[in-house]
Amino acid sequence: MAQAHTPILPDGTRSPSLWQHIKKARWAYTFISPFYILFAIFGLYPMALSLYLSFTRWKGVGPMEFSGAANFALILKDKVFWQSMSNGVILFFLYVPIMLFLALALAVILNSGIVKGFRFFRTLIFLPFITNMVAAGFAFRILLEKQNGLLNVLLKYTGISPIPWLEDVWWARISLSLLIIWAWLGYNMVLMLAGLQTISRDLTEAATIDGASPIQAFFHVTVPLMRPVILFCTITSMIGSFGLFTEVSTLTRGGPANATITPLIRIYGIAFGSYQFGYASAVAYTFFALIFILTVIQFRLNRDQD
Amino acid sequence: MPNHRQKILEQIMIYTVLILISIFMILPFIWMLSTSFKLPEDIFGYPPKLIPQSPTFSNYLYIFQEKNTVRILLNTIIIALSTTLLSLFFTTLGGYGFAKFEFPAKKSLFAILLATMIIPAAVMMVPSFVIMRKLGWVDTFLPLIIPGAANAFGIFFFRQYISTINDELMDAARIDGASEFKIFWSIILPIIAPGMTSMGLIFFMRSWNDYLGPLIYLKSPKNLTITLAINSLSGGAGLTAWGEQMALSVISLLPLLIIFLIFQRQFVEGITAGAVKG
Repeated sequence: MAQAHTPILPDGTRSPSLWQHIKKARWAYTFISPFYILFAIFGLYPMALSLYLSFTRWKGVGPMEFSGAANFALILKDKVFWQSMSNGVILFFLYVPIMLFLALALAVILNSGIVKGFRFFRTLIFLPFITNMVAAGFAFRILLEKQNGLLNVLLKYTGISPIPWLEDVWWARISLSLLIIWAWLGYNMVLMLAGLQTISRDLTEAATIDGASPIQAFFHVTVPLMRPVILFCTITSMIGSFGLFTEVSTLTRGGPANATITPLIRIYGIAFGSYQFGYASAVAYTFFALIFILTVIQFRLNRDQD
Repeated sequence: MPNHRQKILEQIMIYTVLILISIFMILPFIWMLSTSFKLPEDIFGYPPKLIPQSPTFSNYLYIFQEKNTVRILLNTIIIALSTTLLSLFFTTLGGYGFAKFEFPAKKSLFAILLATMIIPAAVMMVPSFVIMRKLGWVDTFLPLIIPGAANAFGIFFFRQYISTINDELMDAARIDGASEFKIFWSIILPIIAPGMTSMGLIFFMRSWNDYLGPLIYLKSPKNLTITLAINSLSGGAGLTAWGEQMALSVISLLPLLIIFLIFQRQFVEGITAGAVKG
């Protein structure tokens, strides 16, 4: 009887375990298939299409005109795109070191248990993360208004003349950095807190008993142990600073004089502002390649330090 | 005891820093709320007032009576809820497939899944729009719901989560003749409910706060989402309806704020799971 239940495989052998294996696998493939089906339609196909588009001149309607590498030659002369890339780098250096230092310091303080109200402070600092950046961007604009905005009025009381928060190239970048730090500090702090809970508190305590000050313990024990989390936060922040969109389009609109324009804003403008779908695709791929290289460099730099 | 004094000094410094940062964090919310109750002439009046001189509900009345905010909220809820439910279904299913089954090409399939996470939105923007237009999905909610329904981020999360479950329960059900889908539905899902809460909150928040997606795909006024609506109240220099805009901003924050205060622990778990354990 047992023999009759054993299916015959195409090659004529009987192997119940293999049949079980395939049967099981059939289910597993079904379960994971939605991702690959959706990725094929809405990921792979668009990417292939975009690669083709990047070699064409196409306004979104009508025939696609093959133009060879003309788009890529155009990118080399696209001052706004290169400015958007360098803005990404500038923004990265403006906010990432401060934000990650603050996030780690706050996490260490809250984790150490010397502060009452851990949950209260964590909730408060995390709150901006759940806020949509359209609302936040416009709220910041009201606070940073040059004439009679709250910040400038408060500065006036201390005798400082009004700051052109959104009208000056560097102040606009600083304002944008303030918004980003406000929005993302809590997120990074929560990641650092989770990271701290994986490293033993005994180590920092041992260091302080050995005569290290809390600040020395922070830099010589905590920071090195937290390297993986810091690296993760640095890389996501780097990718994030090139991919800023909502924050910029509500707070500074990319200005003044393109000082805060980011690659994503630039690509959106080319695609949906002037409907140059071919050129936008070429810029997007160039951007992808550059980001990829930067990420690899960061990983390498980190590995070399070990 | 000098050591004791130093401790107190340290405490004062730490609390000063914490309070300063807390003020920085809370100020935009407070100002948003305050502005939403101000008359246009008071918004940039001198000196700026925390409590409006003559508080008014007119901004809220305007957005509900003139701007169809009920419809806008409904649109946003429909998109966010269907995204959340659909994504939860497909990502738990995928996570289960990777966590509890051995099958040919599993490693490479999983590597592909992870690799897709590094593709930036910028690359997808143009061709996705072209495809959605071909499908006739522009100005519908589908482009915001369907493509990300089986996202790699969620599958990765649930794979980690489900792999900690003991196999015995599943094996027992198999012996009882339960189908593989039944095992997933009635054994796995109840066990991973806490994880589904965490991930569901993140899916909901992302969808609710999304701006770029609706900006690209939604065209007609009847399809506006909350973030698009807030932006639509801004004009060129001097034309922005600040009071109305802040009123709508307050409305946009309330649902997430309530959800967050109730489920804070699950929220934080969802955020950290992928980054630190992974």
